[in-house]
Amino acid sequence: MNEIRFSGYGGQGIIRCGLITGKAVSLFDNKFGTMTQSFGPEARGSACSSQVVISEDRVLYPYITRPEILVSMSQDAYEKYEPDLRADGILIYDTDLVRLKPARGQIKSYGVPSTRFAEEMGNRIFANLVMLGFFTGISRVVSPEAMKKALPGLVPKRFLELNIRAFEKGYDYGVELLAKEKEKPQKELKPLKNQPLPDIKKNPPRKAKQ
Amino acid sequence: MRKLKADPKGVLTGAHYLDGDFAIAEGSLAAGCRFFAGYPITPSTETAERFAERIPFVGGIFIQMEDEIASITALIGASWGGQKSMTVTSGPGFSLMMENIGLAAMMETPLVIANVQRGGPSTGLPTLVGQADMLQVKFGSHGDYEIIALSPDSPQECFDLTIKAFNLAETYRVPVFIMTDECVGHMHEKVVIPPADQIEVVERKWYVGPRQKYLPYKPDKDLVPFMVKAGDGYRFHTTGLTHDERGYPAINAEAQDWCVHHLVDKITKNAPKIIDYREDQTDNAEIVVISYGITSRVSVKAVQEARKAGIKVGTLRLVTVWPFPEDRIKELAKKVKAFVVPEINLGQIRREVERCAFGRAPAIGVPHCGGWVHDPDDILKAIKEAAR
Repeated sequence: MNEIRFSGYGGQGIIRCGLITGKAVSLFDNKFGTMTQSFGPEARGSACSSQVVISEDRVLYPYITRPEILVSMSQDAYEKYEPDLRADGILIYDTDLVRLKPARGQIKSYGVPSTRFAEEMGNRIFANLVMLGFFTGISRVVSPEAMKKALPGLVPKRFLELNIRAFEKGYDYGVELLAKEKEKPQKELKPLKNQPLPDIKKNPPRKAKQ
Repeated sequence: MRKLKADPKGVLTGAHYLDGDFAIAEGSLAAGCRFFAGYPITPSTETAERFAERIPFVGGIFIQMEDEIASITALIGASWGGQKSMTVTSGPGFSLMMENIGLAAMMETPLVIANVQRGGPSTGLPTLVGQADMLQVKFGSHGDYEIIALSPDSPQECFDLTIKAFNLAETYRVPVFIMTDECVGHMHEKVVIPPADQIEVVERKWYVGPRQKYLPYKPDKDLVPFMVKAGDGYRFHTTGLTHDERGYPAINAEAQDWCVHHLVDKITKNAPKIIDYREDQTDNAEIVVISYGITSRVSVKAVQEARKAGIKVGTLRLVTVWPFPEDRIKELAKKVKAFVVPEINLGQIRREVERCAFGRAPAIGVPHCGGWVHDPDDILKAIKEAAR
């Protein structure tokens, strides 16, 4: 089972990211994908998020508890949601929009200048698709073919081609980054034992309050 | 009552990725609903949006009314005009509808109301989950009457049960409620819509006899009276006042006795045909977890853990919450050690289980005020305590 959180500020297409991923795994990867999202004012400006639970069996608990993958496209969202990320999780972020705190646990971080790439392609509106491509390349929880198949109906028809190109740009960047990482000698990982996990009771998974 | 195949115009055959609210809209269109009147309220608005978007291509009417009182009244009119009609609402909107839900029950009007439950009372938690309208749906309007309420646990079931809701409403001439919740309503999952010729829809019994003999409230063998469409040339009268078979006011104790008994009997005597629940491993169960809606999914997680710990747990998921599967609970109460009833309220259905168990087995609640679904560990704890 994979628990994924996409986060950023309202208007970046964060909820769309969750929808595309959920649709891709459910309809084209033959798995179960349940998507939930932020509602209320934060979905329209401040830190917002969408969550996807991917599973081989039916998803029983619809919300994520301890995401193993966090995608952050804004500083606010990163600061709000990073503490929930598992100590052995994966952090995926926009290098121009998120300044990382000192690393925690064995979290692996992968950055992509998604907004800059999108601007180079003509419009920053595609930043979320660059990010989705990068996420697909890095995380491997969903196939790139399924993601591309999921796009029609979730992005405007006349921009479908551009969205696919944005996706591919991010995907290739992610795959290259992983390949480079393999060549590099592995950093020694610190043991997990002595590092306290954040207390879930004290830090319950957040959801919109209105 | 006529069983037909769905009109392909309203059926969006294929696999989709929809939230529960959208699935209700698709279900209503597949069931043949062509009239929707509503007032937007979180978390139910998406259903209205989708219906409004789709109805021009299907052919029908969508009206945004001035409030929920007007919405339900419009439904009653549309239904008597011969259309299958529905609305969606939540929290305060549902409370506003109460008076005319009674009118619809009294006039024996088939219609469907979806309540995407949020936290209450009052404005409560507009964007967060609740399941605390489960008694209001049955008892909210004044007087004695019966309704049917269904509780879907997923977007797929939102689609399936919306069709079922229309079929029940048409069969029994009664308001039928889809009691979903914010979590299911706003949760996106795969929804498979079958081809139109595989969807069975029901149309109410239309009267075809001589004009002078039509009686709008004369019960047929199945206790459900025939209907006519306004404008088809039949003369009839209908009212919220206590009435006789002709539909004319009859203000006396005898007429009241007949009228109210008829409203109630129509559902209670047909209850075995209406009631739907799903059981899993209840045969040798010591503990049976009874739940509905989103809570039924979360509790399966707890049940799986309990089984790993060696406890014999079965589950009973209420698909129809009203009428309540009284007889089945009575049977189970003779065999089991206890019932565990998790729900996102302070024990509304737990009390019903307790009533049916009649002291033979305790009904242990796992209450939750709303705003979030249960932590499966809380349900597990209750199961373990019940098994001790």
